[in-house]
Amino acid sequence: MIPKPPSAARVALIAALAGGLATIAATLLLINIFERKQEARNPFFRVVELTDEVEDPAIWGKNFPLQYDAYLRTVDQVRTRFGGSEALPHTPTEADPRGQVAQSRLEEDPRLKTFWAGYAFSVDFRKKRGHAYMLEDQTFTQRVQQFKQPGTCLHCHASVYLPYKKAGGGDLMKGFEIVNHMPYAEARKLASHPVSCIDCHESQTMQLRITRPGFLEGIKALKASQGVIDYDVNTMATRQEMRSFVCGQCHVEYYFKGPEKRLTYPWHKGLKVENIYDYYEEAGFTDWTHAKSGAPTLKAQHPEFEMWNQGVHARSGVACADCHMPYTRVGAMKISDHHVRSPLLNINNSCQTCHRFSESEILARAEDIQAKTVALRNVAMDAVVALITDLETQKNAGASDEALKAARSHQRRAQFYVDFVESENSNGFHAPQEATRILGEAIDYARKGQLALRPLPPVARK
Amino acid sequence: MRVPLKLVVAASTLLGMAAGLGAFTFVYARGSSYLTNDPKACANCHIMTEQYEGWMKGSHHAVATCNDCHTPHNFVGKYMTKARNGFWHSYYFTTQTFHEPIRIGASSLAITESTCRDCHRDMVEAIASHPGRGGEASCVRCHPSVGHREFGAVGSVAGGAGH
Repeated sequence: MIPKPPSAARVALIAALAGGLATIAATLLLINIFERKQEARNPFFRVVELTDEVEDPAIWGKNFPLQYDAYLRTVDQVRTRFGGSEALPHTPTEADPRGQVAQSRLEEDPRLKTFWAGYAFSVDFRKKRGHAYMLEDQTFTQRVQQFKQPGTCLHCHASVYLPYKKAGGGDLMKGFEIVNHMPYAEARKLASHPVSCIDCHESQTMQLRITRPGFLEGIKALKASQGVIDYDVNTMATRQEMRSFVCGQCHVEYYFKGPEKRLTYPWHKGLKVENIYDYYEEAGFTDWTHAKSGAPTLKAQHPEFEMWNQGVHARSGVACADCHMPYTRVGAMKISDHHVRSPLLNINNSCQTCHRFSESEILARAEDIQAKTVALRNVAMDAVVALITDLETQKNAGASDEALKAARSHQRRAQFYVDFVESENSNGFHAPQEATRILGEAIDYARKGQLALRPLPPVARK
Repeated sequence: MRVPLKLVVAASTLLGMAAGLGAFTFVYARGSSYLTNDPKACANCHIMTEQYEGWMKGSHHAVATCNDCHTPHNFVGKYMTKARNGFWHSYYFTTQTFHEPIRIGASSLAITESTCRDCHRDMVEAIASHPGRGGEASCVRCHPSVGHREFGAVGSVAGGAGH
C-alpha cells in the first residue's frame, strides 16, 4: 500500500508550480515591455550606407524595412466604389507581357472615345493602379506602343533623378532637357525603377525634397504669379507643405512645351481650371485637332494637386500624405504608411484621426460626394458629346471653318473642363464644390456651343 | 508528515524568483509612476503622446492634469478608475489589439463629463439641463479641445485644424 503524500508536501508542490508559472508570466511581460521600449528608442538601424547615388529601393529598404514593406504593397489592386480597379487577367503577348491589367475606361464608358477622337487616349485608357505598376503600365500602354512619344513621359513614370543627373553630367536640369528630346524607347532604357525612395527623400537625413524639374519650374512660376520672386521649393517650403509637394511632383496637369517637348506645368496664372485654360489660350497650345468636330482640343491630365488646392482639406492644412500615407503604428513606433492608396481603404488611420464618426458613416459621406460628382459628370459628358455630334453633322454637311469657329472654341473649353474633373482621381472628393462648379460651367459652355450652331429661326408672325 | 526539505527549497526558490522578476518588471516598466499624478506617466507607452502634447498646449494645462479630468474627484473613485483603466490599457497594449485612433470609452466619458461639471458648476448649472444626446448636454461635444487639442481635430474651438 502506498502511503498518502503528506498535505504539506502537496502545498509545497503547488507553490513551486505557481511560482514557476508566475515567473514565466513575468518574464513574458518583461520581454514584451523590453521590445516596446526598444522600438520606441531605435527608429531605424543603419545597416547599409546610403548615398545620393543609390537608386534601388531594396537597398534603402534594408535601413527602413517597415517603410519599404509598405511601399512594396502598392502592388495591391483593390477598388473602391468609384476608383481603382481589381486586377484583370491579360494574356501576355510579345508586345505586352503583362499578366494583369486594370479595367479599360474606354470599354466602361464609350463616350470617352468620342471625347478623344483622333488622339492616342481614344485607343487605350485604363483605370489607375498602384505606384508599383507605373513604369510597366507606361511601357506597354498602346498610347506608347502605337504612337510616337517623347522621353518627356518618363518624368513621372520612373525614378528619373539619377538617370537625369547621369544624362546631364551631374546637372539635373540639363539631363531633364536631354531626356525630353529622346524618343521614348531610347529614354526608357535609362530608367530601371518606378518611383523610389530617392525621388522624395534626401539620402542622408531622409528629409523630403523635390527632384522633379517639372515641379521645380511649375511651383516657381506659380509663386511668381503670387509675387514671390525666385521661389526655391527645396529651401523655402515648410515640412507640411512638402508632404503635399512631393506628390504634386507628378499628380498634376501638364503639357509638353514647344518642339523641345519641355515638360511644363501650366501654373503661370494660378491653379484653377480657368487659370490653366487661359494660360493655354495665351500660349496658343492645342493637344490635337478633334477627329469628329475639327475643334482644337486639349487633354487634361490627372490634376489632383490643383483640385486638392481648391478644397477644404487643403485650406485646413491637411497634406496629401495625411490621408494617403497616414501615420500608422508599428508596435510602439509611428511611421508614415508608405502603402500609398485610397483613404477609403484605410479610413481609421486616414480619416478618424480628425473626424470622430464611425467608419461606415465616413465612407457613406465620401461616397455620397463621389456619387453626386459622377452623376453630374455624366450630365456634362452627355452635353459635350451632343455638341461634338452637332459639330460633326455641320462639318460633314460642308459648313465652313469660320462658321464653326465659335462652337469649336466652346467645345475646347467645355471638354477641357469636363476632363479636368473626369481625369482627376478623386471623383470630386478633393474639392467637391469646385468639381461641381467646373462641371456646371462645362455644361454651360456646351450649351453655348450648340447655340452658336443654331441661331434661332425667324419668328413666324401671325 | 515531514515535507522533504528539497521540495520546500524548490518551492521557495521559485516563489522568490517570481517575486524578484515581478518586482524588477514593475520597476523596469516604471510601475510606480502610475501611482502619481504626473501626466508624463500616461504617455509612458507613447500611445497617448498626441494627447500629452496636446495637453501641454491646451487651455487646461495650468489648472488640470490628466487625472483631474479623467478620474473622479474622490479618493476611492480615483484609484479604482486608475486600476481599472491601468489594467485594460496594459492588456490591450500588450496584446496590441485596440482601435486606432484611440477613442474615449463610455464610462471614461461619463467621468470626464462629471469632472467638467465639478469645477465649472457655478457656470454650467443653468445650461447643463439643456437637452443633448441622452438627455443632458455634453460639455466635450462642443468643447473637445479644451483638455488636449489634437492635430486637426474637427470641431476644435481654437480655430479649426492646425497648420
